[in-house]
Amino acid sequence: MEKFKNITAVAAPLPEVNVDTDKIIPKQYLKTIERTGLGKGLFSELRYNDDGTENKDFVLNKSQYRNAKILVAGDNFGCGSSREHAPWALLDYGIKVVISTSFADIFYNNCFKNGMLPIVLDEKEVSLLMEETERGSNATLSVDLESQEITTSDGNKINFKIDKFLKHCLLNGLDDIALTLEKNSEIGSYEDKIKSQRPWL
Amino acid sequence: MSKSRTIYDKIWDDHLVNTNDDGTSLIYIDRHLVHEVTSPQAFEGLRMTKRKVRCPEKTLAVVDHNVPTTDRKNGIEDEESRIQVEALEKNCKEFDVEYFNELDIRQGIVHVVGPEQGFTLPGTTIMCGDSHTSTHGAFGALAMGIGTSEVEHILATQTLIQRKAKNFRVNVGGTAPDGVTAKDIILSIIGEIGAGGGTGSVIEYTGKAISDLSMEGRMTVCNMSIEGGARAGLIGPDEKTFSYIKDRPRSPKGDDFDRAVGYWNALNSDKDAYFDRDVYLDAAALPPVVTWGTSPEDVVSINGEVPDPEGIDDEIRKETKKSALEYMDLKPGTKIKDIELDVIFIGSCTNGRIEDLREVAKVVEGHHVNENLNAMIVPGSGLVKEQAINEGLDKIFMAAGFEWREPGCSMCLAMNPDKLLPGQRCASTSNRNFEGRQGFRGRTHLVSPAMAAAAAIAGRFVDVRDFVK
Ligand code: SF4
Repeated sequence: MEKFKNITAVAAPLPEVNVDTDKIIPKQYLKTIERTGLGKGLFSELRYNDDGTENKDFVLNKSQYRNAKILVAGDNFGCGSSREHAPWALLDYGIKVVISTSFADIFYNNCFKNGMLPIVLDEKEVSLLMEETERGSNATLSVDLESQEITTSDGNKINFKIDKFLKHCLLNGLDDIALTLEKNSEIGSYEDKIKSQRPWL
Repeated sequence: MSKSRTIYDKIWDDHLVNTNDDGTSLIYIDRHLVHEVTSPQAFEGLRMTKRKVRCPEKTLAVVDHNVPTTDRKNGIEDEESRIQVEALEKNCKEFDVEYFNELDIRQGIVHVVGPEQGFTLPGTTIMCGDSHTSTHGAFGALAMGIGTSEVEHILATQTLIQRKAKNFRVNVGGTAPDGVTAKDIILSIIGEIGAGGGTGSVIEYTGKAISDLSMEGRMTVCNMSIEGGARAGLIGPDEKTFSYIKDRPRSPKGDDFDRAVGYWNALNSDKDAYFDRDVYLDAAALPPVVTWGTSPEDVVSINGEVPDPEGIDDEIRKETKKSALEYMDLKPGTKIKDIELDVIFIGSCTNGRIEDLREVAKVVEGHHVNENLNAMIVPGSGLVKEQAINEGLDKIFMAAGFEWREPGCSMCLAMNPDKLLPGQRCASTSNRNFEGRQGFRGRTHLVSPAMAAAAAIAGRFVDVRDFVK
């Protein structure tokens, strides 16, 4: 996994609650057997018109947000299906950070497996950033994971919380399967114990 | 251990391989279900790192999302779907995992197949790269949906890195009136707690209305836990659970079974166990319900009307609900019973089991599907289909004008050819009414099988309780 690096980038607003993973990446893109190339399908039912041209009203199609790397969204972002294609599509498009008041658990987890940072803030802070994004490309946000800090273009700072382990993995780009395999012997002794305690398994 | 514990606490404790100082834990996974959509990249990951599947015998794969529900003898026409299905078959062979292909009678939706095979057992941890894995919680298992990276993690290590979730109890007391089903109960719960209400929690469903439910009904309830934001939902096991499991192909036999029952009985939450949150619903007061919007939390009584979002304080929420109404082409104040339908879909891992089909048959027997709509029944598995045929349900369905299909996910997510056309309005027994879920610009109303059946006859929503009188 790639290490998460601090970013300073344009943030795009998505003022909507319950943005589901079907919306983030519709099912026709799930037929792939690869992780890459999903950016073209990101929000496709909102991003494109029926004839395949871009829908000018959709936020990521507006010139000031074309290079957005940060999304500021409404509550319960990423709800619905477990498809990891959702963070894959966001990342492939270039979005590295999503900020919301809450995330669906599976989506939240999936982000960390891919070097993407979901940030939970309280309602006030999210609306403040949402307002900030309205300034388009004139307003960039800086996200510093090490110090757990977001800085607006005016220099306002907002701190965010994050699980220590997840932060560590993200900063160092750790492969958690390799980490777990270091505990191979512990897994083995657990399996031995279960064989006698719950033999029907 | 003297401290009182919930069933979730107990399953968690019994699966801990290790806990770090920071509270992250490694938990052991007893059962891993695999389907074709979320697994190819995981197997590819194993290949790239030269890792093996640690416990193929604890892994079971089945194809469900992509398969056509018409005759399959000539293979899958859609090329991408076919490649994905073939990839699963190839991966299972290479990594020695048992696999049910589309011609196997045991094939079906992964969450119907697991319980049917006795693969799903109480007190186990069950994971699958699919959010509706919560279904298996109906057996008193800790069952969760995971992403593809975690699928790979389990394939390689048979464990998962997790943090413990909160305990959330949803107590449904009273007796559900006739015509009010498991689906109405769970939709009402989601309406109450909201689509994000269960985030960070494992829900335990308790109360008389829950224990009154059959195993099929309990699966319907647990299935939609994810729609309330909870990764898992579970129900303490009882005699109904044990008799469902007994004599299934992969369930424990003989002494093992008796020993297992002893263990399973002890799993139930202790009387004074602590829950971080409690919600109570009175089943006796619940009506059959219908969703009006594009989130499963948009629930309203069949006797109600489309609500007006103007009353919502929160600006973002108000705008979201307004655009949902626009998408659904509905106006506030419209009576639910005045909504006319184009398509009826009966099936999915929520309501594609034998009991669901029996309920449908009860309503439609001797009637005919309204001439203005198409109605389709897709059994959850080959074995469900066989059982329905043995009971003569297929004849009732076909005589009533329903299409009677081969098992799979079908129009629940429309990855196969079964899709809504833009603008079509569907009463569906599935679990998600998201925009485009059942087909680009399609409009979905979630209902119970009985309500879908009644709507199929009437051509619009009706209260199934008036209908059967
Ligand atoms: S039936 Fe629908 S919800 Fe269930 S597994 Fe299939 S696609 Fe997912």
